[in-house]
Amino acid sequence: MNNLHQFDVVVVGAGGAGLMAGLYASRGAKTAVISKLYPTRSHTGAAQGGISAALGNYEEDKPEWHTYDTVKGSDYLGDQDAIEFMTNEAIEAVLELEHMGLPFDRTPEGRISQRPFGGHTNNETGKPVRRACHAADRTGHMILQTLYQQCLKNKVNFFDEFQVLDFIIVNGKTTGVVAVELATGELHTFHAKAVIFATGGHGRIFEVTSNAYAYTGDGAAVLLRRGLPLEDMEFFQFHPTGIYKLGILITEGVRGEGGVLINGNGERFMPKYAPTVKDLASRDVVSRAIYTEIREGRGVNGRNYVYLDVRPESVINYAAMDGRTNPDGSPYTITGEQVLAKLPDIIDFCRVYLGVDPITQMMPIQPTAHYTMGGIPTNKFGEVVIDSRNTVFPGLYAAGECACVSVHGANRLGTNSLLDLVVFGKHAGLKAAEYANGVDFEKLPDDAEAAARSQFDSLRNGSGKENAFDITTGMKKVMFDDVGIYRTGAIMESAIDKILELKERFKHVRVSDTGKIFNTELLNAWELGNMLDIAELVAICALNRTESRGGHTREDYPERDDVNWLKHTLACKENGRIKIEYKPVVITKYQPKARVY
Amino acid sequence: MVWFGDEKIMEITLKVFRYNPEVDKQFHYETYTLEAEETDRILDLLEHVKGYNDGTLSFRRSCAHGVCGSDAMRINGKNVLACKALVRDVGATITVEPILGLKVIKDLIVDMEPFFDNYKKMLPYFINDSPLPPDGRERLQTPEQRARFDDTTKCILCAACTTSCPSFWASDEYYGPAALVTAHRFIYDSRDEGAAERMHVLTETDGLARCHTIYNCTNACPRDIQITKAIGELKLSSLTGRID
Repeated sequence: MNNLHQFDVVVVGAGGAGLMAGLYASRGAKTAVISKLYPTRSHTGAAQGGISAALGNYEEDKPEWHTYDTVKGSDYLGDQDAIEFMTNEAIEAVLELEHMGLPFDRTPEGRISQRPFGGHTNNETGKPVRRACHAADRTGHMILQTLYQQCLKNKVNFFDEFQVLDFIIVNGKTTGVVAVELATGELHTFHAKAVIFATGGHGRIFEVTSNAYAYTGDGAAVLLRRGLPLEDMEFFQFHPTGIYKLGILITEGVRGEGGVLINGNGERFMPKYAPTVKDLASRDVVSRAIYTEIREGRGVNGRNYVYLDVRPESVINYAAMDGRTNPDGSPYTITGEQVLAKLPDIIDFCRVYLGVDPITQMMPIQPTAHYTMGGIPTNKFGEVVIDSRNTVFPGLYAAGECACVSVHGANRLGTNSLLDLVVFGKHAGLKAAEYANGVDFEKLPDDAEAAARSQFDSLRNGSGKENAFDITTGMKKVMFDDVGIYRTGAIMESAIDKILELKERFKHVRVSDTGKIFNTELLNAWELGNMLDIAELVAICALNRTESRGGHTREDYPERDDVNWLKHTLACKENGRIKIEYKPVVITKYQPKARVY
Repeated sequence: MVWFGDEKIMEITLKVFRYNPEVDKQFHYETYTLEAEETDRILDLLEHVKGYNDGTLSFRRSCAHGVCGSDAMRINGKNVLACKALVRDVGATITVEPILGLKVIKDLIVDMEPFFDNYKKMLPYFINDSPLPPDGRERLQTPEQRARFDDTTKCILCAACTTSCPSFWASDEYYGPAALVTAHRFIYDSRDEGAAERMHVLTETDGLARCHTIYNCTNACPRDIQITKAIGELKLSSLTGRID
């Protein structure tokens, strides 16, 4: 294969957002989708619960309610114009997926089935509303497969198992990317007019995470190194229900179907923390509740986990206590068969990894690092913006978890991520193609691959004193313990020192594999460099924000402070130091008020 | 009552198939000893060996919990996903090899192109050129119609089935179980209109007929898809001309 390619639009990443962007961009411009994994291995495939849209197939629902729920869920940090845009596009987006063949579960009338989900409510009654459109408990898998299939049908160009290493800027404009072909170890230059990053999040900086190995924040790290800012990096979501120690996700859908959380004393504790919606409160609220129960000694057998109980008799019992009904008003009931039919994948996870049958036993769970609210700053069309005035960077776009629009603000509601992918993936693709058709290519620099080559050379020629695995383990532990659910200034300061020390030690890593073909050791070491850069930024931004909001909880600043902190953080690297600026939150309809569930 | 956090620690002997195309003329096995908890995944063991014993050991993996399909391998002779096989299921003496029937590129990484080529031959995308419903909303499908093809929607393209199939090993013409599962998913989807086209693809060669009901595929599938049954339904439809 020739190592120089030219495309109007290049998409980096082939998960839900990347595939959607590729599908739409390719209709208007010559497009390539580059991914470090085979597209169907992307982390979108792990998403379980559903994709939200106010279809109202079971009960009354409105996009306005979806907007308010998302704004409140974001702890008022989400940009309300972008949120409104997303929720208004939601119905079309979900229907488009169905028209593409996505096999949603169905209501008895044959319409798309919807289930309740944390934080999604009927704004008039305050009770949970059925808004999450689902395909069993593998909605992400179906979205990923369907979008990949549509890309195949539309003959989108794929470069599978190519790792993008660098972003090329000429005259302040997008000029392309440099990537390594994993099968050969050869560097490739992709000359482009527009580039869309859809590279996902960075949960792998934490010890216990639901995220795939691939989630090392590559897109964000590449742009950070090129001087672009990242937004709201202090905001990371810890999902309340991960399998104890493994971090494997147990979908919020379990609680949507009536599952409840039980502590070591056998008590259902969520009503203490969220009196109205209880176990279906927003994820940060539930994670803090679990963490608090564990810290105060009420974990199971004194250990750091609690139980998630979806045994039919428990579900029926607590549903009756809550007054939960079916849409026709009858009391909510469920059988073992129904649990198995609605949540087959998580039942499988529990049986395989825990030897626990959720239908007859309670599942041991703990909060797990799950989702990156922050990321590459964009406007609502997916255009990357680089300062507090939202100046657009010509030809650069981002969508999906790697982007920060911001629709999730300080905390994301479940089912809003899959929606985020398809809405902003589509618009980034459309905008990128439109832009590409209106400009010429910038001339490539003489040695576009120099920076990428130099990064690899450093990794190959390190002294070898340090072991990459040890550094990785050290970083994950520091981040999970000290920059996790509960944060304190002094502890974070020491965490930052530890991360800087790890970065110094990283310089002494030496990749022992000298080969070119599938040099996964070199790739992993490069990814570790990304993670260390991101971890440093997350810790510094977390220390910087002296308030608690959404997923960012400061024990030394426990209150939300709208007077000083109702703003987005923009952090970039300048002369080796992190520089922090701010930009305002867009508020249209909903003034911040106390956030109670 | 099961208390978690008290897992037994075991001494593991891990024998791994190694092949470096840039250096080796022949494949060979390397043996590593390490400690592991009985609840560790075989993938965790491989990562440990890669981190501390031999950085050149290469394998594909991503989600680490059985949904992405990256890490299908032969472990103690059986095709499994390395991230779903636990030490306590496999034992203390473990042999790890690449899946069969696809060319080995390096260590446990095989050439997946022929596998994906077969997938693409199935017209693996929704086909319906009829007008949308007048209200522009979802095409209707009853829960029963949805259930008809539910099993085959689960496929994660891990290749455990196809590479456990002797007919696949023996013939370049046979599409293999995974491709047939993909065909099934669309043919029996009441909304899809491409059944005839796909049946033609399946029957114009021995791509379907070479299934000899050996059943290795069903045993290997980490998603518990009833593959042999699905292929049987395709064979029946190819004979009767009926999709139901």
